[in-house]
Amino acid sequence: MNPFSSGTRLRDMIRAIRACKTAAEERAVVRKECASIRAAISEDDPDYRHRNLAKLMFIHMLGYPTHFGQMECLKLIASPGFPEKRIGYLGLMLLLDERQEVLMLVTNSIKQDLNQTNQYIVGLALCALGNICSAEMARDLAPEVERLLQFRDPNVRKKAALCTIRIIKKVPDLAENFINPAAALLKEKHHGVLLTGVQLCTEICKVSTEALEYLRKKCITGLVKVLRDLTNSPYAPEYDISGITDPFLHIRLLKLFHVLGHGDADASDTMSDILAQVATKTETNKNAGNAILYECVATILSIEDNGGLRVLAVNILGRFLSSRDNNIRYVALNMLMKAIALDSQAVQRHRATILECVKDPDASIRKRALELVYLLVNESNVKPLTKELVDYLEVSEAEFKGDLTAKICSIVEKFSPEKIWYIDQMVKVLTQAGNYVKDEVWHALIIVITNAPNLHGYTVRALYKAVQTAGGQETLVRVAVWCIGEYGEMLVGNSGMLDVEERINVTEADAVDVIETAIRCHSSDLTTRAMCLIALLKLSSRYPSCTKRINDIILQQKGSLVLELQQRAIEFNSIIERHEKIRSALVERMPVLDEATYSGRRAGSVPAAVSTSQGALPKIPNGVVKPASAALVDLLDLSSDADQAPSSSGGDYLQDLLGVDLAPASQGTNQTDKRGADVLLDLLSIGAPPAQSSSSMLDMLSSGQDNKSAVGMLDNLASPSAPSAQASSPGASSSMMDLLDGFGPSPSVPETNGPTYPSIVAFESNSLKITYKFSKEPGNPQTTIIEAQFVNKSPDIYSNFVFQAAVPKFLQLHMDPASGNILPESGNGSITQKLRVSNSQHGKKSLVMRMRISYKANDKDVLEEGQVNNFPRGL
Amino acid sequence: MIHFVLLISRQGKVRLTKWYSPYSQKERAKVLRELSGMILTRGPKLCNFVEWRGYKVVYKRYASLYFCMCINQDDNELEILEIIHHYVEILDRYFGSVCELDLIFNFHKAYYILEEILLAGELQESSKKTVARLIGAQDSLVEDAKEQASSIKNMIAQATK
Repeated sequence: MNPFSSGTRLRDMIRAIRACKTAAEERAVVRKECASIRAAISEDDPDYRHRNLAKLMFIHMLGYPTHFGQMECLKLIASPGFPEKRIGYLGLMLLLDERQEVLMLVTNSIKQDLNQTNQYIVGLALCALGNICSAEMARDLAPEVERLLQFRDPNVRKKAALCTIRIIKKVPDLAENFINPAAALLKEKHHGVLLTGVQLCTEICKVSTEALEYLRKKCITGLVKVLRDLTNSPYAPEYDISGITDPFLHIRLLKLFHVLGHGDADASDTMSDILAQVATKTETNKNAGNAILYECVATILSIEDNGGLRVLAVNILGRFLSSRDNNIRYVALNMLMKAIALDSQAVQRHRATILECVKDPDASIRKRALELVYLLVNESNVKPLTKELVDYLEVSEAEFKGDLTAKICSIVEKFSPEKIWYIDQMVKVLTQAGNYVKDEVWHALIIVITNAPNLHGYTVRALYKAVQTAGGQETLVRVAVWCIGEYGEMLVGNSGMLDVEERINVTEADAVDVIETAIRCHSSDLTTRAMCLIALLKLSSRYPSCTKRINDIILQQKGSLVLELQQRAIEFNSIIERHEKIRSALVERMPVLDEATYSGRRAGSVPAAVSTSQGALPKIPNGVVKPASAALVDLLDLSSDADQAPSSSGGDYLQDLLGVDLAPASQGTNQTDKRGADVLLDLLSIGAPPAQSSSSMLDMLSSGQDNKSAVGMLDNLASPSAPSAQASSPGASSSMMDLLDGFGPSPSVPETNGPTYPSIVAFESNSLKITYKFSKEPGNPQTTIIEAQFVNKSPDIYSNFVFQAAVPKFLQLHMDPASGNILPESGNGSITQKLRVSNSQHGKKSLVMRMRISYKANDKDVLEEGQVNNFPRGL
Repeated sequence: MIHFVLLISRQGKVRLTKWYSPYSQKERAKVLRELSGMILTRGPKLCNFVEWRGYKVVYKRYASLYFCMCINQDDNELEILEIIHHYVEILDRYFGSVCELDLIFNFHKAYYILEEILLAGELQESSKKTVARLIGAQDSLVEDAKEQASSIKNMIAQATK
């Protein structure tokens, strides 16, 4: 032993690490070892290189970083001796993976080792290649591996065969080169080579149809004979596992048959006898035999139709299913899922057993069984199956409830024979496990409820009763709150009674109690509370006797720390106290939600969600965290995803119903310094600038009921400064004015023949102010005429005043000459200039513009730049 | 295909990891954490399979060690149990009634044996005897090299006396 070597032996290091009592001690030992290994690496000491690498591997396994040892692996691999190479390759496979650049450096060493005469060195190189090669290495070394498939030693051939699997997985194009050598392996007698050859052929068939055809033609009879000889072979101690000769080879052969027989009647026919033999004669008292049977069933189910064999296979699965061994039951459930596509009648026979498996104590089995039950459901058995599942929901473990609820909801939605049954089942699920129900499920439930006018009363009463018993299930509370808000009078009046119902006596105060409990409950989240507020507002009109009390509850939310609730509470309070006349119109029942639109949006909401997640990253500057605003949007607009991008949902009639489109509203407050007019639009928090809000209001109404007075009222909303223009409801409009009081001047001058736009301050600095006024040519909505007005705020005269503007590609800009190039000081005059912008994406994108202003003040050249983002929408 | 092989002790210590599919170091640590949490907590009478991220993990406990292999959804779980047992039997023969300590101090040997059984995530050899023979031959190559090296050292030492 070299006395100067500082390192300890591997064994001693492992002992030292195991002796550590705390994680900190372990870290200290590892740090010390790593330091000495690093020192040895930098000294480039070859004597202890392999020991150091072995230590590093152990340290790596403990989870510490060991990247500094990667180059040592390469050095060991490049050294000539077998012991160094052995540990070097092991380190390579352990410390590196195919994605590391360092790996490229090893290609050459591997190539040399593949050409060695020592079979063990060749074996090491093949092993490394098979375990971690990248696509590039696969391309570079494929010829060597192909040659090694014919190497004299069988142990190298089998390694080369498996290595080829990796190569063709990385580079499928190479598969064709390997077809012939792979097929040749199938004639081998050596079990290892045959085993790997069969696996290689299976993989090649998966990537190359040419190979598949070739093997079907040339090899199938040979393979059948191999399997027959194997099943009939006498006791062979070397390969025997619990009385079966080489079950691994059995299984691999069956897997190859699986691929060969799939979709080919002739091939299936050739192999059917031997499959029948395996299926009937295999011993099933040990796991090995069951593994073969299981594979055999999989093969039978995949090959072309042979009625007799399928019956045999399903019977085997039935036997498996009644086994007491959990593993066997698990695989039976797994395979029945495949069988159901072929012969659902046969699988239906085992329904009772499968349902029992849903209640198994083993989570893996439960999960499989539930998936299977889901596939078993059809129109005829949906009722009993759902009943079983819902009953089980009550007693199931908490962690299983999520999966179970999702499946029940999905079954109920898909197969419900009638709406009342659907609602009943959903109420049961919500009562049992409401906290596990996903948002889209209860959204869908609400849609179904609105679409069933004859069940409104029934539903609201059922929900009322359910909430009394299971008030802790938040989703149930939400749906109930929503329904009570909408159909409150039906709850109290017992209207729309069905024959099956019992009368219940609910007073108005009782109904308000439910909502008050929900809004007070501290476990209620923002969405629930927001829904409660809306429901209260609605009830304030539906239950005149409770108005005072409702107002008190709303008032308590004025102190809410959540901006959203606070703002809503103030607004609703104002509506209740001061705007009695419009209230009842405001809180009309929701129009029937369109099921088709909703399901369409649900389907399309996936990409929308992606864009939301990106858009949600920056926080909204006024302190409202994004979800807060999304929550209320949820209320009326059941798919919040789609609503996050308000500009894209122009035709979305739900969007602005009560003006809860919050995202733009919060942006609006951010920009109030630039356009105070926006505040106005917050009337009912209609966040969008006027053009859009008016159009979307009308959108809503046109798709809603033809409520004339509401149209009038809402028109006034959009152009509040001209109440007289809408004489149909002067009272309402004047009360609207009340709402607006204190909010500043009206932004728009109403015109009868088209929308108008408020002027904006496009740019303002200490020295200069630019205002834009907008107008449109009639009949040409794409083009906007902007009149820019420049005002000098400084005490100096500006000369050589030049205004330049640039727009993105979807816009076209035309500028008329300016009215002058001298701008008098201190606002004593102005320059105007006309710009004409046509928007090729009119209605989709709003205008943006960059500008640059240059002028001379006090004989100095001044350059100012700015960007205009605050164009009114809809230009 | 087997995506990875893990040996985890009952205390959650990792004794061997072998990755046949690319996982970055970070992912590996995460996989180990997730799976040891899932597998070590399962009761003794339950089935030997857990579903995980769309794959299946087949595990079997031998004394204080859990042998885990991750496979595709449509692979044969029962066969994997046999492969695990195959590996354990070979380890047992090699070490002479193997215990966890053998695998800690001779972890590299455990890897060498695994290399002879699995390659590229597929089964390489179904005969225990062949595996034992191959490992033995390679071990003796290493021994020979060591002896040679020490005899050369002795010769040099004697020559320099």
